[in-house]
This record gives sequence, structure tokens and C-alpha cells, in this order.
Amino acid sequence: MSKPTDQDVDISVAAMLRFGITLSALVVLIGGALYLRNPFVPIPNYHHFNSAGPSLSTIAGIFHGVVQLQPRSIIQFGLVLLIATPVARVVFCVVGFARQRSLLYVGISLFVLLILTYSLSNGAH
Amino acid sequence: MSVLVFSSVLFATSIAAGLLGALTGLGGGVVIVPVLVLLFGVDIRYAIGASLVSVIATSSGAAIAYVREGLSNIRIGMFLEVATTLGALLGAYLTAKISGHWIAVIFGIVLLYSALSSFRKWPSSIPVGHVNPLARTLELSGTYPGPDGPEPYTAERVPLGFGIMFGAGTLSGLLGIGSGAVKVLAMDQAMKLPFKVSTTTSNFMIGVTAAASAGIYLSRGYIDPTIAMPVMLGVLGGSLIGTHILVKARVKTLRSVFAVVIIALGVEMIYSGITGRI
Repeated sequence: MSKPTDQDVDISVAAMLRFGITLSALVVLIGGALYLRNPFVPIPNYHHFNSAGPSLSTIAGIFHGVVQLQPRSIIQFGLVLLIATPVARVVFCVVGFARQRSLLYVGISLFVLLILTYSLSNGAH
Repeated sequence: MSVLVFSSVLFATSIAAGLLGALTGLGGGVVIVPVLVLLFGVDIRYAIGASLVSVIATSSGAAIAYVREGLSNIRIGMFLEVATTLGALLGAYLTAKISGHWIAVIFGIVLLYSALSSFRKWPSSIPVGHVNPLARTLELSGTYPGPDGPEPYTAERVPLGFGIMFGAGTLSGLLGIGSGAVKVLAMDQAMKLPFKVSTTTSNFMIGVTAAASAGIYLSRGYIDPTIAMPVMLGVLGGSLIGTHILVKARVKTLRSVFAVVIIALGVEMIYSGITGRI
């Protein structure tokens, strides 16, 4: 098997990005449609910040709400998929650089992945 | 206001923001925060949460087109993402420490800078010529399609570019924006990369940088699904329309109009922040 060029990696990255965005937009749309089933409910108070609590701010809480078909949890799940898209892109780059035997860049992309994982693990617990 | 009216008005506004952002190259996220805060009276933390999500959507959407053209340099992008993601963590950490008034003031200043930089004609980059040893070790070079075939380029002043990128990441994490203007400044002006390579690579990096602060925003509850839903769908839709319609002749006028709007929003943000209305 020949080493893939940067261009080959680019094309697979483009396909992955398209998939990630389409999927997340669809999930957000479905959640939004469910949320607007009761269209004339007044909006919550957005003037003052109060954290939504674990049901919408942790991955476990969001999954729990999705299973119960909670509209806001479904939207939030779509947004998590969207956030995961650039992370998946970095994973693609790690694999791409590894196949090019570019050890330096495998290391650099793994470091970026580590930072992203740290940030996302904040929401995991 | 009912949820239907709120979602519809916000969706329409976001389409306009995404459309203008794509046509002018300033990005849609930069107007979403002031619009949410000043017009809808939304708390600035919810506003930056919704904006950050829309930034990820538009940058990934635009990147599909750019990576196909092969103009963005993934090595340079990945290396500089070390700086932007670390900066984004710092910025996201700072949002919890700094009061909303100050975030509004800093946001206003960044708005003014973005608008003014869109007017400014940057002098075209002239490479110094000597090869930076750091750039060679890190393989920060490439070729791009010029009029006479592929033209090679190599990054210069790597530490300076890296430092500016850290600042760009911090602003992105603090304000929920892509800070593309600062990223282009680092690559085009500091590292002397070709302009096209700078803009497309900057776009490559915006999504990854935003993802680094998004995790922290999510855990703090800044991302409210009922605000982010119309914003994300609207900005994404608007920017997709913007990249597909070709109205090049009018873009110059449009850019001026948009820049004036951004300046007005920037002044209003600073004023509201100082007087404590935000």
C-alpha cells in the first residue's frame, strides 16, 4: 500500500465533516420540532444566567434525556455531535499522519486531541 | 414572548447573520452575541454559548469546500492548534472569572478591530528569504497553485505566529467567536504565509479551537439548547446560502454596510458594559 498524500487525507476529512454536520443539524432539527410542539408557551427567563443543571450539561444527563425523548435533550445531543465533529477531524489527522509515517505530526495531533479530550471530559462528569 | 415567536425571530436573524458573515468573510458568530444581548436581552453567557456552537457549524461547513481545493495546510494548522486550543482553555476558564460587564467591553473592542481590519488593505506578504530552522524542523511549508504553476512557501517568525495564535484562542474561548481576523493576522502578517493559505487554514483551525472551549461551556451550562437551536440552524443555513450565491459585484458595498453595523454594535457593547446595563 502506498503512502497517502495530504490530498487523500483532505478528501476523507471533507466527507467526514459533511457527515458530522448533516447528522447534527438533523438531530437539532428533530429536537427543535419536538420543542415547538407547544408553540405558545412563554420563553424561559434568559435575562439571568442559571446553569441548566446536570440534565443538559453532562453527557450522561443528555443521554438520559434523549432516551426519554425530551426535546431539549435531543437538541443538546445534536449539539454534542456537532462539537464532536472537529474532534473526529483531529483523529482523522492522527491516522493520516501515522500512515504517512510522520511521527512528529502524530505527536502534535495527539497532543491537540489530549487538550480536546480534557475539555470534553469536563462535561462527562 | 412565546417560544415560537422567539425561535422564529432568532432563526431569521441568524440566517441574515450567517449570510452576511459568509459574504463578507467576517463570520456570522461575531454579530450573534451583540444581537442576542442587546436586542433579545439574553444573558451574555448564554449568548456566547450559542455563538460558539454556530461557529463550529459554519467553520466545518466552509472547510468542506476548502479542504477539497487543497489550499489549507494541515501541518501548519495542526501545529498552531496547539496554541489556539491551549488559549481556548484559558479563555473558557476566564469567562467564569471575569464579570459580564468586562466581557461586553472586550467583545466591543474585538468587534471594532474586526470591522476596521476588513477595511484595511494589508500589504502583500514579501518573504524575507532565509529559511527559519524551526519551520524546517516542523515541516511548516507547502506549495499553492500560483499563476505560473505551484509556488512554494515556508513559514517565518514561527514563535511570533504561535504567540498570536495563543491570543486568538484565548479570545475565542472568552467570547465564543472564531476570531478568524486574529488568526489570519498571525499567519498572513507574522508568518508571511500566502493570503489564501492563511484564510483557509484559519478556517480549518476555527472549528477545532471552538471545540476546545465548547466542552467547558457545556459543563458550565452556557449552552442552552433552546437558544442554540435557532442560532445554529440559522447561521449554518445562512452561511451555506452565502457561499453558494455569487454576488461578487455587490460584496464591497455589502462589506462596508456590514462593517458599519459591526462598529455600531461594538460601540453599544462597550457603552452597555461600562454603564453596567449588561
